[in-house]
Amino acid sequence: MIAQFPALQVVIPLLGAPLCIILRRGALPWLIALLVSWAALAMAATLLSQVADGEIISYALGGWLAPLGIEYRIDTLNAFMLLLVAATSSAVLPFAYKSVAKEIPQDRHYLFYSGFLLMLTGLLGMAITGDAFNVFVFIEISSLSSYAMIAMGRDRRALSAAFTYLVMGTVGATFFLIGVGLIYAVTGTLNMADLAERLPPLYQSRTVLAAFAFISVGILLKLALFPLHLWLPNAYTYAPSVVTAFLAATATKVAIYLLLRFGYTVFGTEFVFNIVPASEVLLTLALAGVIIASFVAIFQSDVKRLLAYSSVAQIGYIILGISYANVTGLTASIVHIFNHAVTKGALFLVMGCVAYAAGACRLESFAGLGKRMPLTMAAFVIAGLSLIGVPLTAGFISKWYLVLGAMEKGWWPVAAVILATSLLAAVYVWRVVEIAYFRDAPADAPPLSDPPLALLVPTWVLTGACVYFGIETSLSLGFAEQAAIQLMGGG
Amino acid sequence: MEVLGHFNYWVVVVLMMIGFYALIARGNLIKKIVGLNIFQASVFLLFITLGKVTGGSAPIIAEGITVYSNPLPHVLILTAIVVGVATTALGLALVVRIHESYGTIEENEIADMDREP
Repeated sequence: MIAQFPALQVVIPLLGAPLCIILRRGALPWLIALLVSWAALAMAATLLSQVADGEIISYALGGWLAPLGIEYRIDTLNAFMLLLVAATSSAVLPFAYKSVAKEIPQDRHYLFYSGFLLMLTGLLGMAITGDAFNVFVFIEISSLSSYAMIAMGRDRRALSAAFTYLVMGTVGATFFLIGVGLIYAVTGTLNMADLAERLPPLYQSRTVLAAFAFISVGILLKLALFPLHLWLPNAYTYAPSVVTAFLAATATKVAIYLLLRFGYTVFGTEFVFNIVPASEVLLTLALAGVIIASFVAIFQSDVKRLLAYSSVAQIGYIILGISYANVTGLTASIVHIFNHAVTKGALFLVMGCVAYAAGACRLESFAGLGKRMPLTMAAFVIAGLSLIGVPLTAGFISKWYLVLGAMEKGWWPVAAVILATSLLAAVYVWRVVEIAYFRDAPADAPPLSDPPLALLVPTWVLTGACVYFGIETSLSLGFAEQAAIQLMGGG
Repeated sequence: MEVLGHFNYWVVVVLMMIGFYALIARGNLIKKIVGLNIFQASVFLLFITLGKVTGGSAPIIAEGITVYSNPLPHVLILTAIVVGVATTALGLALVVRIHESYGTIEENEIADMDREP
């Protein structure tokens, strides 16, 4: 049974999706989604414990052996991403019950949960597969369902946001497909491990260079690195709260995983950092993204939008770590993937609580919330501290390693930028905190109180995780370090 | 001869640019979807032309067939076409809903309406 977990990891959520449509009565679709997600979490945890000692699981799908068949190949990084995706969805789904009931018409609930499971399937599939074309299929499964999920937002602007995302996302995925076609043309294989062996003699080939350009631009579009982030702010702002929390925590992160996998495993560090100037390009874009997106976030009047721009900045930090091309930087990136997912998940769930109680996330509607929704806003403050990177929170760990990596390279200005932009993060978090705690609610404001426990508990679970992973780092940092060493070692 | 001999790739590149241009330059959402389709179709052609062997037949075991085309890219493209159809369907469905709630499918008019809340 355990030997079949790699396949079941993807197949169970995939089968859960039509099941939600068949059993559409009442709370059943939600219950199915919840159970499927918890099962996926249990499987991901088992897989992670199996690869914890550096072993690599190779699973031949349908019994067709690699390189001809599709191989699911799980090393530390894969298992870590699987755990992240499954854990986020398991934490977000209990929240979904009440939040979705409030934000989405009753007759579409079963479609919502079905779409959610498809999104989960796609993201898990992207994280687990060892076949380049299979990645494209899973990208499209997760993207198509996320376009539909974003369009379920209450505001009509959700529709135009979803359309923009559809156009840009499809261009990104198609670019990726072109790149895969080109490397297939020169190597005759689609298996990632096989590609890694056949590509080195072809490093000077122009086809391989073009393939790398198409694949990396395609993935950068999906992970929303500045200046390819234009789809992200509107999509995050107008999507239903649950979808925003899940997408912000996982979708861009799995795309970053793909960048790592293709950069380090398939093309190899020698090609990416010595033949192609990837380090310089990524460094420039990441720094521009961190600085510009942090400034833009300060001037937003909608808190969800503010957090969306902050996500663009945080993606910049993750890419920054990759551009160092050393183990410390890579560890920082991988641990920040995890820590930022936890932090942003918590913050967007707080937005979900506010939207549930107050109906909107505009900055002025936060006035007086510190007193009226004390538990919700306390979660915002703690997760906000983690976003800034204050010691004893998860955000601190990743920023610390980012600065260490920069110093190892002797890049002092980069370290200075990281510290300066953390202050910008403090500014935008403070703007919200100030209004919530120090400005009184208008006299005619309707009475508000903390949302029901069904919403508060998941929010506090993720908020607690922000603190937990700031103190006890053996899970996050330990696996990130092991994954970084495996990637750098060409494994 | 070098250039002409690769005319299939030129067709792919020209189609790709036409589609990409339409996608970026056109303000009408339906035309954007059309551009997206042309763009994707060019990639399908790229894959199909990769697998074609001159003078090759379909890969079937039969008397007298020694040269055959690589079927794998063709099969991959079957999957990609399905994905493309799903994308088009979803895109058009979104356009319908955008038309219902905005009353227009011109990008700049929608942007103007979004600005004034």
